[in-house]
Amino acid sequence: MLIKARINDEWREADVWPGASLLFFLRETLGLVGSKNACEQGECGSCSVWLDGELVCSCLVLAAQAHGHEVRTVEALATDDRLHPVQEAFIQTGAVQCGFCTPGLIVAVADLLEHDPRPSETIIREALAGNLCRCTGYAKIIDAVKIAAGRMQK
Amino acid sequence: MVISHALGARIKRREDPRLITGRAIYVDDLNFAGMVHVAIVRSPHAHATIRSIDTTAARRAPGVVAVWTGEDVKARCGPLPVGPRIKEMKAPKRFPLVIDGVVRHVGDPVAAVVATTMDAARDASDLVEVDYEPLPSVQDPEAALEPGAPILHQDLGTNVCFRMTYGGGNVEEAFAGADVVVKTRIVQQRLIPAAMETRGVVAQYKGGELTVWTSTQIPHVVKTTLAETVRLPEHEIHVIAPEVGGGFGSKLDVYGEEGLVAALALALGRPVKWIESRRENFIATIHGRGQIDYVELAAHHDGTVAGLRVRAIADLGAYSQLLTPGVPTNTGLMCCGCYRIPNAHAEVIGVFTNRTPTDAYRGAGRPEATFLIERAMDLLAAELKMDPVEVRRKNFIPPAAFPYKTPTGAVYDSGNYERALDKALERADYRALRDEQAKLRKQGRYLGIGIATYVEITGLGAVAGLSGGNWESATVRVEPTGKVTVLTGTSPHGQGEETTFAQIVSDRLGVPVEDVVVLHGDTRAVPHGVGTFGSRTTPVGGSAVYVAAEKVKDKAVQIAAHLLEAAPADISTDGARFTVRGSPERSVEFKDVARMAYKAYKLPAGMEPGLDVTHFFVPKERVFPFGTHLCVVEVDPDTGEVTFRRYIAVDDCGNILNPLLVAGQIHGGIVQGLAQAIYEGVTYDDEGQLLTGTFAEYVVPQATDVPAFELDHTVTPSPHNPLGAKGVGEAGTIGATPAVVNAILDALAPFGVKDLQMPITPRRVWEALEGNSASR
Repeated sequence: MLIKARINDEWREADVWPGASLLFFLRETLGLVGSKNACEQGECGSCSVWLDGELVCSCLVLAAQAHGHEVRTVEALATDDRLHPVQEAFIQTGAVQCGFCTPGLIVAVADLLEHDPRPSETIIREALAGNLCRCTGYAKIIDAVKIAAGRMQK
Repeated sequence: MVISHALGARIKRREDPRLITGRAIYVDDLNFAGMVHVAIVRSPHAHATIRSIDTTAARRAPGVVAVWTGEDVKARCGPLPVGPRIKEMKAPKRFPLVIDGVVRHVGDPVAAVVATTMDAARDASDLVEVDYEPLPSVQDPEAALEPGAPILHQDLGTNVCFRMTYGGGNVEEAFAGADVVVKTRIVQQRLIPAAMETRGVVAQYKGGELTVWTSTQIPHVVKTTLAETVRLPEHEIHVIAPEVGGGFGSKLDVYGEEGLVAALALALGRPVKWIESRRENFIATIHGRGQIDYVELAAHHDGTVAGLRVRAIADLGAYSQLLTPGVPTNTGLMCCGCYRIPNAHAEVIGVFTNRTPTDAYRGAGRPEATFLIERAMDLLAAELKMDPVEVRRKNFIPPAAFPYKTPTGAVYDSGNYERALDKALERADYRALRDEQAKLRKQGRYLGIGIATYVEITGLGAVAGLSGGNWESATVRVEPTGKVTVLTGTSPHGQGEETTFAQIVSDRLGVPVEDVVVLHGDTRAVPHGVGTFGSRTTPVGGSAVYVAAEKVKDKAVQIAAHLLEAAPADISTDGARFTVRGSPERSVEFKDVARMAYKAYKLPAGMEPGLDVTHFFVPKERVFPFGTHLCVVEVDPDTGEVTFRRYIAVDDCGNILNPLLVAGQIHGGIVQGLAQAIYEGVTYDDEGQLLTGTFAEYVVPQATDVPAFELDHTVTPSPHNPLGAKGVGEAGTIGATPAVVNAILDALAPFGVKDLQMPITPRRVWEALEGNSASR
């Protein structure tokens, strides 16, 4: 079926199998490989994107559900010469190791800070509970969220 | 500790910009024109004979290009490596698909379906009809040792892969003369490494060259061994580990799928891709741990340990993978821990079972060793009514005793175990914690303080007989413009050596870190190497970079001396500039030396052009990081829930090259270690079906599940490498599991609970308290 969606501020269309996930559409059809496929069942958050401004696991959403809608992915966060404050903070605190879960986490953190600019540590941990990271033990990610929150308020 | 402006500094990771923007390329991000996709048909039985395989329907399915079974593999593929070869080891050959008509674990690969899309391949794989005749299976390694147990490999005639013994002194005498003996049986449950990126392979045969992109920790070993598996000369094989999304030992292997996908690419003449599903990752990628340890510790009334006896039964699973027997043998080698134990004996038995093979998982035999000795020390303390701290202190190997040879044969390079312990106790305010514990107990609240003092072993070599011993390669190449390219034979996959190795070169040559690029993981680009595992990358691979950089510097000094018409001994340098001592006006810049190095006519007679050195570093000996972890928990006796109050880790990994990266390694390591203590555990049913087959059942910790960490260090440089570094990738995991379990059992001491099976879930705590309710 023909899917037409606004992806990172640009209308894109492609013919996909009706059962294809939004993640498949992004990665395999449009070549936006920043969103990662790590569990295929919504357990790990590595494929997190925004659908009409709402954080979703793109592996659990059909591409068809994005038809006519707006999708934002990790690729939209950094502009040519400027990283998003969340990305800056991740580098600063050493919150990245293998990097596979990182795009999903960056999206989840950016989403958290859009909704709650000054989250407590408990809120941060709760908000990130849907994103598995096997490398970092989360400590530096949580530090990064606090730093990014502080910067984004200024 | 800052060693220089570059080395020891908290420098941000140079890998990060591509990773945080989603631009990094992992295997699954590769796509080529005409590429076909593989789905693998796997055994649903733990043990069965294959009566027949009918691929007719699958071959006719839309998009299907080929269907392979064991017969195709037999015709086209040689075996996969099995090792490391240890004394009197019996191990069967492995192939990319089952070729002898017997499946031996759920997930054993039986057939491969290749189609133009992934969905078509998966759909068609359901149409492959395999007629199985189930056989009795054996799940428990102790049951597998019993007479009459089902035998996995009939031609071996036994389920025993190997028996090894370690030890020295007179253990019988020590036990006979001891005042107390404590005993325990420990079940090291299986763990699933669960790297966030599953495995994946893409292969392409083009222009007489086979290129294989694989998510691996050891691309060079894969290249060498693939030559035999796909029967192609090694120089026609090019292996690339692109961005790799975590390994933890699970990608320290040569897997059947690597051979299978390569062989398919050769046979089909098209690019071939296989991406492991998460379900496959849980049944077809190696598991970690899986050991049953019988431990006896003999001591005198004053707490002095007299002897240790260990019987370790290792659950190897169905096959020996690349390093399988090398994991439990580490336990035998390291079971004396930080203690001067004059008499010790360890027997290690490797046993085949009808389960997924086990192999190295973060720590690989040292977590098991540390756990058994640290639990035994706590049991001894309880038996003698001594403080766990004092029992440890009494038995530590003193700093003056290094190098120290354990009765099991390990030679510890350097250490000061008491200093790390003291630092942890001071940071925790241990006395105050014990007071608080006593106070809270009176209120019916149960605080537990757990201590683990560990020593581990790093800088292990590669597989004997494959890529040789304990060495690593590095090239430091100064380009004509003075910029530096570093090639390393290690294969980092999250550890950050693109940063730390640049720091080493910056420190040695005085060039800015930004002027250095570090390349790895591409067998065409870098010299033959070993890989990244066993916390070896910095102490072995980093040392190779260090020595290569030193040699580059020596040559640069000679060139500078020639240009300045001075003797090399009279040249001083700050890196950026070479100057004749005492004549500051006679100097030449580093970048000019670099340029001249490539102009043969400008060089001293007989000197080869270039400023490009390759060094293969061989460490004198293995190195032994150590430390103390102290964990404080509160256990709710009504719900069995464990809450972390504090977690303090004092680790000594020798000199620290980059504190930012070291902290990250320790944090991540601790979380995997505490996960074994209270969250993670593989469960099979009696038929060998994996019950923990997804992230919903297998509890990898989330951000809400882990405490904040308080880290500190002592620094005891290793004498065995020029960096004085010891490696830190696994230390956190090794220290954490016993620290957490000791804390929980300390909390439950008033209830008389002495042992609990890991993972110590609320249910297990609650059940133990119910069983001991009389003491409440």
